[in-house]
Amino acid sequence: MEELAEKARGYGLIILAHLAVILSWHLFVVWGEVPSYVMPTPAATVVTLASPDYHWLDNTLVTAGEIFGGYALGVLFGVSLALIFSWVRILNAVFFPLFVSLNMIPKVALGPLFIVWFSYGLGSNIIIAFSICFFPILLTTARGLTEIEPDLIDLVRSLRASRWQIFTKIQLPGALPYVFSGMKVGAILAVAGAVVGEFIASDKGLGYLMIQVQSTLDTAAMFMAVILLSLVGISLYLLVTGLERICVVKDARLG
Amino acid sequence: MAAQPFIQLDGVRKVYRSRGEEFLAVSDVTMAVAEGELVSLVGPSGCGKTTVLKILAGLHPHDGGEVRIGNAETAFDAGRDVGMVFQQSLLLKWRRIIDNVLLPAEILGLPRKASRERARELLAMVGLAGEEDKYPYELSGGMQQRAAIARSLVHDPKVILMDEPFGALDALTREKMNLELLRIWSEAKKTIVFVTHSIQEAVFLGTRCAVLTAGPARMADTFDIALPYPRQLDIKTQEAFGEYTRRIYRQLDMG
Repeated sequence: MEELAEKARGYGLIILAHLAVILSWHLFVVWGEVPSYVMPTPAATVVTLASPDYHWLDNTLVTAGEIFGGYALGVLFGVSLALIFSWVRILNAVFFPLFVSLNMIPKVALGPLFIVWFSYGLGSNIIIAFSICFFPILLTTARGLTEIEPDLIDLVRSLRASRWQIFTKIQLPGALPYVFSGMKVGAILAVAGAVVGEFIASDKGLGYLMIQVQSTLDTAAMFMAVILLSLVGISLYLLVTGLERICVVKDARLG
Repeated sequence: MAAQPFIQLDGVRKVYRSRGEEFLAVSDVTMAVAEGELVSLVGPSGCGKTTVLKILAGLHPHDGGEVRIGNAETAFDAGRDVGMVFQQSLLLKWRRIIDNVLLPAEILGLPRKASRERARELLAMVGLAGEEDKYPYELSGGMQQRAAIARSLVHDPKVILMDEPFGALDALTREKMNLELLRIWSEAKKTIVFVTHSIQEAVFLGTRCAVLTAGPARMADTFDIALPYPRQLDIKTQEAFGEYTRRIYRQLDMG
């Protein structure tokens, strides 16, 4: 019972903090007499949702599709490659350092290239989102697969455990917290990747919309687009942490 | 010792090689352990005690001398007759206590139902009845070590190798665990090789004590400890106990 009350208080504080930010935002604009093209009030921001020209729902769905698509590919390829590397030592020796170097490339800078290669639209934005979230997932998963207590390996090797037994009983479940850690970082990056893709070249999506309304100085719509983007990102993040809660024991979870 | 020893080490040598450099970890270790004995192996840090243990576990090949485990009466199967306990409990965070205890049985492919039954009995024996379904993080350090001891016994091995199993516990818990270990040993009737750098612990537990000196490990002394079992903590105040500890201190050039 007490635990429940504590939880409720925790959530209450979170909501309160957010409401406080919105209120300060409102007061700042009103008392500071900030012109609406610099900063709209929260209410004015919400009102833009009513303008049909902006096709909010369609644009949000397009961007969300790009984020989820790129992210799904990032998780799939990141985790699979890490698994392959952990099994095939030669591939690991050759490609792992290569991927560490590739990770240094600012992926956002590749955006224009991707658009040349794949033309603009959904596909290339998915690829940009993928390329930016893939590396942290690969690298943290790979790290999780190698971080095993040497004594634990000795313990199971004294029982002649097979490579497969070590993999399924120790390596894989042990790496799971790292997989989720990488996935959480990747989720945030995927959102950034998709938006950047839309900024560079596209004809749909929230990023595209932001560029459009920028020219008409409809700042309220830009605010709204950022809020919707954040909501998409938050949904993805909550999905991942929810999965983590199911899959990973409390004590083993990483930040 | 009328019967043939169960474990026999004869002039065992171990050299580690890394980057062309040789490091003599164990130079000349000779000892014999009878079946059912609890031999403590005491010496300063880095004296190669752990190396001796790993050779016994079949994890490291030795470079000279002879290692023989098993005798005419009792056969020894290196792949399944060793249980190990380390300084860290090395419990898998994502497994409940009972499933942690079952790990060796799973690796050896022992019948599930019987193993589970045995794991329950062992947990009761080490004082963890009712804790079967908890996760490791819900247990104190001492309780985790109890679980690790139960795990080392689950596949009914003939030899238990312990590498400073109580080294990470606080002094009082450690004394309690010493008493517990003696009780478990008298119930489980296993041959135990117990590595420690605590001279008190070595004398209190062992039927015999082997003293190793540092770098490289050399057998300085080995002697019977003629203190009757069951032993209580107050034997530490007896004159005979003091004699044995002084003998070890002298061997280690500390007395």
